Amino acid sequence: MKTLRNVGIGEIATVQKLHGAGAVKRRIMDMGVTKGVDVYVRKVAPLGDPIEITVRGYELSIRKGDAEMIEVG
Amino acid sequence: MSIKIALAGNPNSGKTTLFNDLTGSSQHVGNWPGVTVEKKEGTLKGHKDVMIQDLPGIYSLSPYTLEEVVSRQYLVSEKPDAIIDIVDGTNIERNLYLTTQLIELGIPTVIAVNMIDVVRRNGDVINLKQLADALGCEVVETSALKGTGSKEAAEKAVALAGKPEARELPPVFNGSVEHAIAHIEESIEGKVAARYLRWYAIKLFERDEKVIEELKLSDTLMEHLEEHITACENELGDDAESIITNQRYAYIAKLVQAAVKKKHVGQKMSASDRIDRIVTNRILALPIFAFVMFCIYYISISTIGDVVTGWTNDTLFGEMILGNLSTWFESIHVAPWLSGLITDGIIGGVGAVIGFVPQMLILFFMLSILEDVGYMARVAFIMDRIFRRFGLSGKSFIPMLISSGCGVPGVMACRTIENERDRRMTIMTTTFVPCGAKMPIIALFAGALFGGSGLIATSAYFIGIGSVIISGILLKKTKAFAGEAAPFVMELPAYHVPSARNVFHSTWERGWSFIRRAGTIILASSVVLWFLQGFGIVDGVFGMVDDNNTSLLAAMGTVISPVFAPLGFGGWKATVATFTGLIAKENVVGTFGVLCGFSEVAEDGMEIWSNLAADFTPLTAYSFMLFNLLCAPCFAAIGAIKREMNNAKWTWAAIGYLCGYAYVIALLVYQFGRLFSGGSFGIGTVFAILVLAGLLYLLLRKNKYDERIHERKVAANV
Repeated sequence: MKTLRNVGIGEIATVQKLHGAGAVKRRIMDMGVTKGVDVYVRKVAPLGDPIEITVRGYELSIRKGDAEMIEVG
Repeated sequence: MSIKIALAGNPNSGKTTLFNDLTGSSQHVGNWPGVTVEKKEGTLKGHKDVMIQDLPGIYSLSPYTLEEVVSRQYLVSEKPDAIIDIVDGTNIERNLYLTTQLIELGIPTVIAVNMIDVVRRNGDVINLKQLADALGCEVVETSALKGTGSKEAAEKAVALAGKPEARELPPVFNGSVEHAIAHIEESIEGKVAARYLRWYAIKLFERDEKVIEELKLSDTLMEHLEEHITACENELGDDAESIITNQRYAYIAKLVQAAVKKKHVGQKMSASDRIDRIVTNRILALPIFAFVMFCIYYISISTIGDVVTGWTNDTLFGEMILGNLSTWFESIHVAPWLSGLITDGIIGGVGAVIGFVPQMLILFFMLSILEDVGYMARVAFIMDRIFRRFGLSGKSFIPMLISSGCGVPGVMACRTIENERDRRMTIMTTTFVPCGAKMPIIALFAGALFGGSGLIATSAYFIGIGSVIISGILLKKTKAFAGEAAPFVMELPAYHVPSARNVFHSTWERGWSFIRRAGTIILASSVVLWFLQGFGIVDGVFGMVDDNNTSLLAAMGTVISPVFAPLGFGGWKATVATFTGLIAKENVVGTFGVLCGFSEVAEDGMEIWSNLAADFTPLTAYSFMLFNLLCAPCFAAIGAIKREMNNAKWTWAAIGYLCGYAYVIALLVYQFGRLFSGGSFGIGTVFAILVLAGLLYLLLRKNKYDERIHERKVAANV
């Protein structure tokens, strides 16, 4: 399973499915990361985590651990 | 009849600016009942009967965050007459997500498309009429920064207020979902207010815990609803919550595509992107971060901050007010106790409150700029990796840094941490970092017993920072801080030029709230301690004492001192010094001076080094020093803690934790130090071993709460 964590910097991926449950999952969805949306991985923080992505035209930062819950294709 | 208008919108949508614009100086700041989320309301300029309620900045109306829950509660139970929904025009897709939820509440809504000036500058065009038709709301364009459009939005909202709503909701949900929701609506009709029927139906479809709890529907009815939900889930192959979210966004994406014409499609670099490319660059981010932090520290603590604090404390209060007042009191022969109460007790106490304010204003001014510019979110982005291991937020860095200068503004700087858990944890631990006023204590003992070794100060910093880390790990595993960590899914807002009005407003608000909310406790404790220190029983007569040795405080010190015996400094002098340290930590030095018979000593207490060398051994001195560095901070900082915790229970918990932790560390250092330097194995040693075992257990035990979360994650994956 390829997740958002494996997507390289500067690459675009399409969200296939969100794993997990509860508050974290809902929060990720509320921020616009939903099935079918394109996500552009912009950069990694200087200390290696979190990552910065562009989704629905704005910048969002998300931890790698949470990015693992986002299945992409 | 008065009208209530709720102001809702995403964080960073310009809501605060719009609110300030609409209400001017008529604002009232309080708290939402039962929680520490700030509640701001005000009356609309020129309309005394129109109340504007500012809701917290939220992205959704989910049941998971405090801000979202208080907003929902307000919208459903307080029944505002209209909503103004502020939508950031430059980020319209995500902002409209909240809009689709707000309009389901059946409350007349005006959409204010904000930052329209930026939208135009980018060359984009938003078709307002199309948005209005699709969403069934009035839509106006605003630029809160330039102050245009806000009046129109408010007037529209006033005109709409209380009008019965018969509008058609947009077709957000398709086929089977709409069908299931309609079924739920039918089943609960009459059980909820007609106006909120749709809201409750959708929330029930999402299996919203809070709504299920609130409605208390019968089991048979719930089972019936569950059938509809499950059928829909099976058909679409997803869970209900995801279905709703997906369809909302799908609807919005379509709407935005039709109504918004973007000039540049795709990855075009905006000015903000170009700034961010440098500021959070892998190599440059840390040096830039260090530079920004250095500037803040240098200006607010070292240079300007130090000068203004010195001036208010020494010149304004010390010479101008106190000096003149004492002379005047003497000239009119005021009783010494009264003169003492007024000058030392009350004015000294007021001075302790006011003395911090100028420095705090400088710091808040700079923090407000960082927040307004958008750099604060980047601080969290850069520092997150380090701090989250200890259960803190990346934003905890700033309070910790400021606390190395002074704990009072340090604690107040915790305000920038949105997440309540992270904020409480930072407030509780940030005063471990040795502040400027603790330096004289370190200098005193380093000089008296360690030949002025620089290692003592260095070790104090390491122990302070180590204590933050240990406490973070330890507290993270306790029930009070348990539960799912706040997801670090954070927006990095576009950089923009700070608004002078916003910056001044927020600076003033924070400074004033310190005076108002922290001031009382600081003043009261100063007066009480002044009394205990200045009065006593001499020769069976109660009265004012000149000599601290005979004061009530000294008597109390004698009673309490055995508590500190296991830490090695059971003498009453050390106990009294610890207490006076609560007024200001540097008082510890002065108190030793007075108790040793000096009326005044240098900052590092050079005159009494020999006295201390006789009273203390290096080990007991170190233990005493550690206790004083780690225990409850001065009253001013306690006041700040009270203000920021905004809850008596949490304030006491913080003070209790700090004292308890300090006791444990001093105990371990003294008992094991004694044992390793050839002391005998005694009951104290046994006690210390037990305490150490307990501490290690708390530190190393598995985080059972964490595990539960993990299990849930795994279960959900299966």
